[in-house]
Amino acid sequence: MTNSIADIHLADVLLVTGSNTTEAHPVISLEMKKAVRKRGAKLILIDPREIELADFAAIHIRPRSGTDVALLNAMAHVILAEGLEDREFIAARTENFEAFKEAVKDCTPQWAEDITGVPADMIVEAAQVYGRAGSAAIFWAMGITQSSHGTDNVQALANLALLTGNFGRPGTGVNPLRGQNNVQGACDMGGLPNVLTGYQPVTDEAARTKFENAWQTKVKIPPAPGLTVTELMNGVLEGRIKALYIMGENPILSDPNTNHVREALEEIEFLAVQDIFLNETAQMAHVVLPGVSFAEKEGTFTNTERRVQLVRPALPIRGGARRDLDIICDLGQRLSGVSADDSTDVVHPVTNWNYAGASAVWDEIAALTPTMAGIRYERLVPHGLQWPCPAPDHPGTPILHKEKFTRGLGRFTPLTFREPAENPDEEYPFVLNTGRVLQHWHGGTLSRRSEGLDWVVPEGEIQINDADGVRLGIATGDLIRVKSRRGEVTGKARLTNKLPRGMVFMTFHFAEVPANALTNDAVDPVAKIPEFKVSAVKIERV
Amino acid sequence: MIKPDRIVTTICPYCGVGCTLNLHIKSDVVYRVTSPFDAPANHGNLCVKGRFGYDFIHAKDRLTQPLMRKDGKLVPAAWDEAMGYVAERLLEIRDKYGPDSIGFLVSAKCTNEENYLLQKVARGLIGTNNVDHCARL
Ligand code: SF4
Repeated sequence: MTNSIADIHLADVLLVTGSNTTEAHPVISLEMKKAVRKRGAKLILIDPREIELADFAAIHIRPRSGTDVALLNAMAHVILAEGLEDREFIAARTENFEAFKEAVKDCTPQWAEDITGVPADMIVEAAQVYGRAGSAAIFWAMGITQSSHGTDNVQALANLALLTGNFGRPGTGVNPLRGQNNVQGACDMGGLPNVLTGYQPVTDEAARTKFENAWQTKVKIPPAPGLTVTELMNGVLEGRIKALYIMGENPILSDPNTNHVREALEEIEFLAVQDIFLNETAQMAHVVLPGVSFAEKEGTFTNTERRVQLVRPALPIRGGARRDLDIICDLGQRLSGVSADDSTDVVHPVTNWNYAGASAVWDEIAALTPTMAGIRYERLVPHGLQWPCPAPDHPGTPILHKEKFTRGLGRFTPLTFREPAENPDEEYPFVLNTGRVLQHWHGGTLSRRSEGLDWVVPEGEIQINDADGVRLGIATGDLIRVKSRRGEVTGKARLTNKLPRGMVFMTFHFAEVPANALTNDAVDPVAKIPEFKVSAVKIERV
Repeated sequence: MIKPDRIVTTICPYCGVGCTLNLHIKSDVVYRVTSPFDAPANHGNLCVKGRFGYDFIHAKDRLTQPLMRKDGKLVPAAWDEAMGYVAERLLEIRDKYGPDSIGFLVSAKCTNEENYLLQKVARGLIGTNNVDHCARL
């Protein structure tokens, strides 16, 4: 998020898209509701489903799946046509405006209506409400990024914020709501194929050299980015990837096109899994290393507003499990050939992998990461710190891009609308959408072990629109089969008026009803995020 | 009412909001979760997952010893044997097929420090940028 959770309630207008916030980020939705109910903020909701936030929305736009760019381009068109853009901001702080203006010139509301199915009047109204706001904040989640043009979708949203000068002030900004508790941190820590910590690119020689020197590596960090999850799985099947080390993830359940992942893991020469449960992926491993849960370890998580917060050990380690940090350090010592004698020498943890606890690891991160250089464990009590925090006396950064953008000028991105990779057709006439419910979490490994949560929502249902159900002779509770070009899944149907006609909705929390056996692994060309939200399927009674 | 042996302040393991949790603990069991009103992200609010979703910590099927595949089956093993085998196989495969034949998945559920160190293993010891996690998913 460019902004903070604490300033959400200061927005005059909230534009929420591709986020079922009340279910996926419940506590953030409270702030949104507060803005609407207490301060009279206007909520523009863009979502094909009738989600709970719709009750709070001034305008609820329900576009055809995968047509976001057309809709957002048309909103920009209207803002320009009506002179609602922030000229001062555009002149002082942005670049490439003319090219952008040219790109949206023909994106009239009528043009967008034909593509998105949203009435032109509604598009005009939404653009006016957003364009006239004193402060407007945009929020999105996986509904925007899990698309074969997710990067375009995000840029289309950023264009709107640039156009109206909605950056750098409370109640503004572009705010992705991150899914997992430490997605933000995993990315910040270089858990991506193209960057080291703090997004220092691996393609930057100076950055590589800095890390190689600090770590005193015997190998070189390659100058080219590595492979993404999806590419790794393909790599296994192509015979290029021979070994995988998987920590705390269950790709069999969370990856698109599950069958493909299973095939890959059956094929692989060596698979090591570090986890707290023998999940579907661990069951296929050659070695399983038992780590510990968040309640038994020390460290930090970074939340969606870039706040680094302390995780404290609350319970003793169970049985013969080991702290994850100790497992990795043990591996580090074995791989680097550090002898047992060296490993007791706490003076050189960087090369000897014998850190005196998580805070010593953090100190190494801070020393190598300019945007976090000022963060120390002592400073995280009681409220954490939001990076960038470059110096020991820096208070952290609740709002990004205040005076200038990180890259200097904010750049407009001209975009052309492209259809989703797989649209419904005669054979597969329905669009499959996937998502979460409030009570469960991701692959369900954690939440389904909580009796209360599993009791409220014990099984994965397949939701379809009432009218579609009636037409196909399907009633709630009937067993139905959903088929895509990649696989099929059987489960109980639930008819609902919350979905538009022609849409099927499933969650991916349940191993018995694995939605991702159906989804498309076509990926966005830049971010390499698979298209989870648009797959063509057909349904039939079993 | 149960009196806690201790209350430990930590962060919710579920979603990216990052709510502050107070774990109430009696005899090494978490029996209640609350949140302080001055918590920066959530001001004392919690959703059902944060407030009630902690049974998994005490689940009976938590892994408590390393497992190794022998004759096709995963069987209990000692730490030294399991770790030694992992290191040996990774080095063997690196020497035979090159560093880019190995991939690492770090975790959006694990801590910053763990993620940092695992990518350090990948980049600094194996010599590959094949590091990713399931967060795009
Ligand atoms: S309590 Fe709920 S909203 Fe808060 S971090 Fe946990 S899962 Fe997210």
